[in-house]
Amino acid sequence: MALVEIRDVHKSFQRDTQTVEVYVGLDVDFEEGSFTALMGPSGSGKSTLLNLIAGLDRPTSGAVRVAGAEVSALNAAQLAVWRARHIGFVFQSYNLLPVLTAYQNVELPLLLVPLSKKERRERVTVALGVVGLEDRMDHYPRQLSGGQEQRTAIARAIVADPTLILLDEPTGQLDAKSSQEVLKLLRRLNDEFRKTIIIVTHDAHAAEQATAVLHLEKGVLVERQGTPA
Amino acid sequence: MRIPLVYNVRSVLQRPVSTAMTALGIGIVVAVFIAMLALAHGFGAALVQTGSPDNVLVLRRGADAELSSGISRETARIIAASPHVALGPDGRPLASPEVFVAINIHRLGDTASMANVVARGVSEAAFTVRRNIRIAAGRRFTSGRSEIIVGQKLVGRVGHTAVGDTMRFAGRDWVVVGHFTAGGSSFESEIWGENEQFMPVFRGAVFQSVSFRLREPAVFEEAKRALEGDQRITVDAHRETEFYASQSELLTRILEFLAFVITSIMAVGAVFGAVNTMYAAVGARTPEIAVLLTLGFKPRSVLTSFLAESAVIALAGGVIGCLLALPINGIVTSTTNWNSFTEVAFAFRVTPGLLLSGLVFAVVMGVLGGFFPARRAAKLPVVQALR
Amino acid sequence: MKYLPLVLANLGRHKRRTVLTIVSVALALFLFASLRSVVTTLDASSRFGGADRMIVQNATGIVFPLPMSYAARLQATPGVTAVSWANWFGGRYGDGKRFFANFAVDPASYLAMYPEFVIPEDQKQAFLRERSAALVGRRLLEVFGWRVGQDVTLQGTIFPGPWTFTIRAVYTPSDKVISDDVLMFHYDYLDERLDRRMSPGWYVLRIADPALAPQVARRIDDEFRNSSSATKTGTEQAFQAGFVTMWGNVRFLMNSIGMAVVFAILLVTANAMMMSARERTSEVAVLKTIGFTDRTLFLLVMVEAGCIACAGALLGLGGAKLLYGTGDFNFVGFLPGFDVTPGTLGIGAGLALALTVASGVVPAMRAARLPVVQALRKVE
Repeated sequence: MALVEIRDVHKSFQRDTQTVEVYVGLDVDFEEGSFTALMGPSGSGKSTLLNLIAGLDRPTSGAVRVAGAEVSALNAAQLAVWRARHIGFVFQSYNLLPVLTAYQNVELPLLLVPLSKKERRERVTVALGVVGLEDRMDHYPRQLSGGQEQRTAIARAIVADPTLILLDEPTGQLDAKSSQEVLKLLRRLNDEFRKTIIIVTHDAHAAEQATAVLHLEKGVLVERQGTPA
Repeated sequence: MRIPLVYNVRSVLQRPVSTAMTALGIGIVVAVFIAMLALAHGFGAALVQTGSPDNVLVLRRGADAELSSGISRETARIIAASPHVALGPDGRPLASPEVFVAINIHRLGDTASMANVVARGVSEAAFTVRRNIRIAAGRRFTSGRSEIIVGQKLVGRVGHTAVGDTMRFAGRDWVVVGHFTAGGSSFESEIWGENEQFMPVFRGAVFQSVSFRLREPAVFEEAKRALEGDQRITVDAHRETEFYASQSELLTRILEFLAFVITSIMAVGAVFGAVNTMYAAVGARTPEIAVLLTLGFKPRSVLTSFLAESAVIALAGGVIGCLLALPINGIVTSTTNWNSFTEVAFAFRVTPGLLLSGLVFAVVMGVLGGFFPARRAAKLPVVQALR
Repeated sequence: MKYLPLVLANLGRHKRRTVLTIVSVALALFLFASLRSVVTTLDASSRFGGADRMIVQNATGIVFPLPMSYAARLQATPGVTAVSWANWFGGRYGDGKRFFANFAVDPASYLAMYPEFVIPEDQKQAFLRERSAALVGRRLLEVFGWRVGQDVTLQGTIFPGPWTFTIRAVYTPSDKVISDDVLMFHYDYLDERLDRRMSPGWYVLRIADPALAPQVARRIDDEFRNSSSATKTGTEQAFQAGFVTMWGNVRFLMNSIGMAVVFAILLVTANAMMMSARERTSEVAVLKTIGFTDRTLFLLVMVEAGCIACAGALLGLGGAKLLYGTGDFNFVGFLPGFDVTPGTLGIGAGLALALTVASGVVPAMRAARLPVVQALRKVE
């Protein structure tokens, strides 16, 4: 059984008066421990797929299964709880809450589970250590560079030890050097820590770091490269 | 180059709820401001109306209120005979000796609530000496009978005031034969009866005051000197208008003080609300401001623009406030004038001047609230804003 | 609570806005407490009145006197254990701008009737001994700078001319609610100067059993109903309460203004909360993505509103209590013992709560209901 199973998923939504069909019967699997890059032109539905997997959105029909659980069948409250446990999400921008320090931002997912302050501190420190920002934990986002902000966001994504890490264009706003930092980190998370990663990206370099690349075009899987690890 | 007002109008309309709330907040402050001053002025006006500038009120020396005074028949005669007193068409002096007492009556609808109502004993002369007395219902009391007339403002505020009703006080029954108006003055809160009827049941054969019409308004000083210097009598002569004005002083001052304090505190709160709104507006429109500055509008124009916006929102609030307060006008309420220790019923008085003050007050609040945000907008470092 | 840093951080985002809003709430609640305290103080003063004291006044009005001969008959009335009397003098001191009550009393019986006037024994004796002596409330010493032993002259308004007294005693009321600015002097002094026997303005009675007050009142009023001066007898509390009602619709006025004030502040606070909420949609989306439930987000916003209201309440209500409770405020003698009651504080706290709910509920619901996907589109 694959970690993520997408079975015959149809997804359409309203944009003004028009109905846009994103998927008509999509089937795809993501194996545990894989590092998959989702690529394709804009409007091909990449972000939507990520949202479906994370339970942020529901398919019009079909099933989305993650770690055996049918995500598409859970209700909103259940999804919140499920997400906290299973998903780490990183956006292109506006990840961090500007009023909180890096430490406090990374700590956020841990507030949702019963842990003592001491336990939280341990995990946050570890997470920030993994991304190499331990010395910046008391800085506010405005005091961090773009690359550092995204690495902090990744730290937050891993701090609760989720099943899956999803990233939506994480390097879109970064320069080449920062992008490299981020991608190297992701590579390490996948190699050393065996984290399953799905990344939506335009960046060809990201594709290089990934173990598998999926091309989506108009909601259809066009090409599949690489082998699931 | 002036920034066109339509920019402000459209921007304000983009945040309708926030703008409305700010305006409403200012409006409420203005409404309270107007209402409280209407109360104070209503009371003051009632008392000021009570006097005529060409009438003189004579009380016993040292008495600061009609209630504490006592004037004998002899004294009253001497005063009436004074050359300064005008003569009526029938050749008789226009002098009105009056009995003045305060009787305890329950306010209608609340048996625990007591009021000290004025019962004034008068003669025929009173109706001429005081210019604006008119019978509004029924008729005047007949001499020799146990009859009274009730001031219009008192009707319905205490029991048994309808024409034909019988009131009981001082151990006697009195039939209400009429209602009278007195130009909105405090006489309208009084019960009037015949001197000769009141004297035996109240304080005996003694008046409390004598009011007379001056032969000429200019001779007041002369008349005052003559009466106060007269060795046969010990009296003080007051110009009626001044006397009643001083009677209203304490309560008017208290009400005005309250109005000032309460609305000031509220105004601070409302101004803070305006400050918040304007800062948020400036914050949200930073890119637009940058564009305006880049286009070549001067910072000063930006300042004026935002200041004007704030002022207009406040002005709208002021109008709302005026509309909220307007219905109060004319509502009658009553309290005890502690100066005279008697009940005065009066109406709230909303004047155009007061409404104007309310609007000005609103604009001032708006300008104060908008000043710092507007300055921030004007001083925006363009490059930063454009990023 | 572990979410508190998040709430505080959000409040700290726009420090100026938070501070201004808190101060607005504080001002409003301060005003509310002040207005309500006017009503409660008036009520309290009307509640003062020894349960075992009654006042007999002329039924026609307080300004009419009662015959001196009534004293003996009142004393003989069953249930009455002591009788005293007084007469309103109404004198003015100096320019007369500072009003204070002054009346002539029958010294020995009056002081015995009012143990609430605490007077040093030697002063008390001095006052009782001397016919031209005056007993003054301690506040008058402060207001006019008088000293014990000093001569003061009042201008009579009802009894014309200058009247000179020597201050021999100062009283301190045992309860804040009792006026501490009254001047009393000997009845005999009045009689002597006027060369005739003055009729009392009112009588004060002590009765044996407070529960029997209504009966005693009826008995007395019945007895004098057909005499030269009919009486109106009631407990001292009823008498005081009657004075309070002379103010008229104060209660309504104060309450109306209070409501207006609170409503205006509600607008200010709600506005501030809404502005904050509007600016935070993307953050709410991120939090939801992390897994914060709708409910948690709802609570976070409500707690934020609550913090503002709470801080404002502490400042405003606390400030009022501090100002009036510790100060010697009595509104020029009209409102002795002006203070903020626990009841007022309670209602104020309730208002703060209501404010929290009213200003926070809409932004909180918006945050809870925010459709994540929609908001995410804004995030990207």
